[in-house]
Amino acid sequence: MKSVIVNGVQKSFKANKGSVQALKEISFDVEQGELFGLIGPDGAGKTTLFRILTTLMIADSGSASVDGFDVVKDFKAIRKRVGYMPGRFSLYQDLSVEENLSFFATLFDTTIEENYDLVKDIYIQIEKFKHRKAGALSGGMKQKLALCCALIHKPSVLFLDEPTTGVDAVSRQEFWELLRQLQKQNITIVVSTPYMDEASLCDRVALIQQGSLLDIDTPKGIMNKLGKPLWSVRASDMYVLMKELKSMYEVFSCYPFGQEHHVIFHNDGQSILEIETALKKKGIADAQFKRTEPTIEDSFMKLMNK
Amino acid sequence: MKQFIFFIRKEFFHLWRDKKTLFILFGLPVAQILIFGFALTNEVKNTRIAILDNSKDETTNAIIRQLNASRYFDIVRDIKSDHELEAAFREGKIRMAVVFPTQFQYLLLHTNRAAVQLVTDATDPNVANTLANYATAIVMDYQSSMKGHQDLPYTINTELRMLYNPQMKGSYNFVPGVMAMVLMLVCAMMTSISIVREKEMGTMEVILVSPIVPIRVVIAKMVPYFLLSAVNIASILLLSFYVLEVPIQGNLALLVGECLFFTITVLALGLLISSVADSQQTAMLISLMGLFLPTIMLSGFMFPVENMPVPLQVVSNLVPAKWFYYIVKGIMIKGLGFEFVWKETLILAGMTLFFMVVSIRKFKTRLE
Amino acid sequence: MNAIAVQNLTKQFGSFTAVDNISFDVKRGEIFGFLGANGAGKTTAMRMLCGLSFPTRGEATVAGFDLFREAEKIKKSIGYMSQKFSLYEDLTIKENIRFYGGIYGLTDGQIKSKTDFMLQHLGLSEQANTLVKSLPLGWRQKLSFSVAMVHEPQIVFLDEPTGGVDPVTRREFWTMIYEAAHAGTTVFVTTHYMDEAEYCDRVSIMVDGRIDALGTPTELKEQFSASDMAGVFLKLARRAKRGDD
Repeated sequence: MKSVIVNGVQKSFKANKGSVQALKEISFDVEQGELFGLIGPDGAGKTTLFRILTTLMIADSGSASVDGFDVVKDFKAIRKRVGYMPGRFSLYQDLSVEENLSFFATLFDTTIEENYDLVKDIYIQIEKFKHRKAGALSGGMKQKLALCCALIHKPSVLFLDEPTTGVDAVSRQEFWELLRQLQKQNITIVVSTPYMDEASLCDRVALIQQGSLLDIDTPKGIMNKLGKPLWSVRASDMYVLMKELKSMYEVFSCYPFGQEHHVIFHNDGQSILEIETALKKKGIADAQFKRTEPTIEDSFMKLMNK
Repeated sequence: MKQFIFFIRKEFFHLWRDKKTLFILFGLPVAQILIFGFALTNEVKNTRIAILDNSKDETTNAIIRQLNASRYFDIVRDIKSDHELEAAFREGKIRMAVVFPTQFQYLLLHTNRAAVQLVTDATDPNVANTLANYATAIVMDYQSSMKGHQDLPYTINTELRMLYNPQMKGSYNFVPGVMAMVLMLVCAMMTSISIVREKEMGTMEVILVSPIVPIRVVIAKMVPYFLLSAVNIASILLLSFYVLEVPIQGNLALLVGECLFFTITVLALGLLISSVADSQQTAMLISLMGLFLPTIMLSGFMFPVENMPVPLQVVSNLVPAKWFYYIVKGIMIKGLGFEFVWKETLILAGMTLFFMVVSIRKFKTRLE
Repeated sequence: MNAIAVQNLTKQFGSFTAVDNISFDVKRGEIFGFLGANGAGKTTAMRMLCGLSFPTRGEATVAGFDLFREAEKIKKSIGYMSQKFSLYEDLTIKENIRFYGGIYGLTDGQIKSKTDFMLQHLGLSEQANTLVKSLPLGWRQKLSFSVAMVHEPQIVFLDEPTGGVDPVTRREFWTMIYEAAHAGTTVFVTTHYMDEAEYCDRVSIMVDGRIDALGTPTELKEQFSASDMAGVFLKLARRAKRGDD
């Protein structure tokens, strides 16, 4: 059974001048037990989509269902069975870890004890601070607590809106490990993130930009969809190299990637020797080209450029 | 029900852990009562006055003795002439002069009519007025005592009685006013802020997505502030009774009942604000500008409603605090029973119902 | 001369040592990445270097000025931009530029020519009179970087400048950083994107208030035998003891 079905959802907001289309005809499905990533920059429409799916907003047109329930008609049923962690969610800073958790448990008419199994793996990591105020926890710990709070009523679908934003790389990695473990308990997880590198940790991802889906596929599938050979290039002066490459008409795109630049040529069979010679004429003698595997970001940027 | 109790418990935690705010909420009424009671009172004490006695007879002597004996006045000068009188005012040595015409006693005994002239420094008209009233009261007092003793037909044409507040103590009027103010601050502002805070923090989103009925959340938020207000009402009444010696003329149970009822009105107002505001700042501004100021200006507690221009008088009817002020003044100071304040109570009840209905309708179960 | 020279800098809050005896230099025109886990002391260190808080111990010069005695002069020669706050959302683009130009004491003529140059450079000339809040995030970040550079500072401090920005804009942003560095501005930048760490000339990684690693990305990857900076960072940050206890 499909856990989440989104069908032609549109949503606009009134702005100063006219209206802004936050979501344009979005459609996708999420399978039961899937870890589904919604990847896109801020302002892409991720939060709006989450709010529609968690029954907090009503779409202008289109339909959506969660766990087989319609998000508009059966909103009460959905509210009983989803877990939701909003983007700017900050817990109650003045309540202790334990008080926060037990509050969210009662909110869903359950107790910590009843569903302890589900949160145990996460909770034991923060249990030693259970009397500490949530406001005094570090970023990573807060996040784990928030996840516990969203899980405590044993939801069948979990919506996490940018849970890793502003969190350092270590905590981010730990958080994703937790999500992987949760998935084994047969919970469907829909998570949004602006970090492209996190996409590879999902079963499937939807790339979203300015309210439209660019693509939906497995991370591998998305990487393969680049469709053109990708070259990485290095030289001693990377800045000049970038300028020169961008000015060449053979070059389709050139973006910095770490210590290299990733280059795509218009012509798939472009001779590298030609390019190297051209660069030499411009005074870059040490450019080294290498074929490389695309990342999600390469694909995302290519899709954005379409 | 368990959910509800948990909610209330959580609200108490919030309240209890923010010690600074808690201190202000409890300290505010005490401070206000004491400030109004002692500092801002328009009572006058030991005002320096002068006497110009052109008659110097038994009656004038007696009146002067009584003036001097009162704690309002200190006779600092005996003046011999009008000229001297002017000088004394100019130098600012006196605030009031009492002038007896020649043959005061003779005129009083034979024509039954005599006039005392009260000259006041009217740079501060309120004080001048008060001083004149006090002096008149003392003179009248003397006249009536004279009449009582001798049983002679000395008709006294001006009868001035200080109704309800024979000593004209300033404290009386402001106690109900302060009560309205404190309730506005504690209930309306604090509840609206605490609801809006959850919107700001994003916790409201989670609460909305949960199966709990949102209106219960809101009512749970009101409970701690209701109790807090009850404590404040008690402390205001105790302070005014024992420290400021304002007597409670009417039925205490009725008084407390009306106060608690008004608390609910104000809580409903706070709820209404929270459904409109989406930041704590806005909530605070609306509470201050929209509730607090009208409470001070239009409830009749600072400025008598009868003296306002007609449009403002009409507007003042919309201010719940006006009715509350009237009710509390009636019960506490005039000693009226419920049969005299039920109309006002009904008006408040209507307002409360209106606020409740509007805010519950406006309270969104979604975010738009 | 070094743009930033830090010697044994320490900051204590009560018994808590937020920054523990750190020493490093940043060369003029260098892009210096300043990494660390949440709570490692990055923000505290950066605040001290911007002259916003006094160190407990140690020595430092920023743009040639002493951190203790010449904090005001430092503030004039640095630019600062953070992800959270930089521009006034309810002012127009032009008004923001004029405001910041005014703060740094530019003349009206300078402000005017700067504004024109900046708008043209960013391709925002037509939007000069729109409110900042109606700009997409990526544009806003690029604009706030330009605004931080309005007084041509010697050093610019960037605190997580690219959080939440789409990958193309992120790269455009880094191109701007390269341009600035090429023109001689020293860039001091923090980020949570590990691939961005590799754009830096040199990178320092803070752990528990200390600088545990410092070098070019290539050196660090060799030193910690990791394939990328994320690997280096994870190895280091996993050693952290504080933060959560």
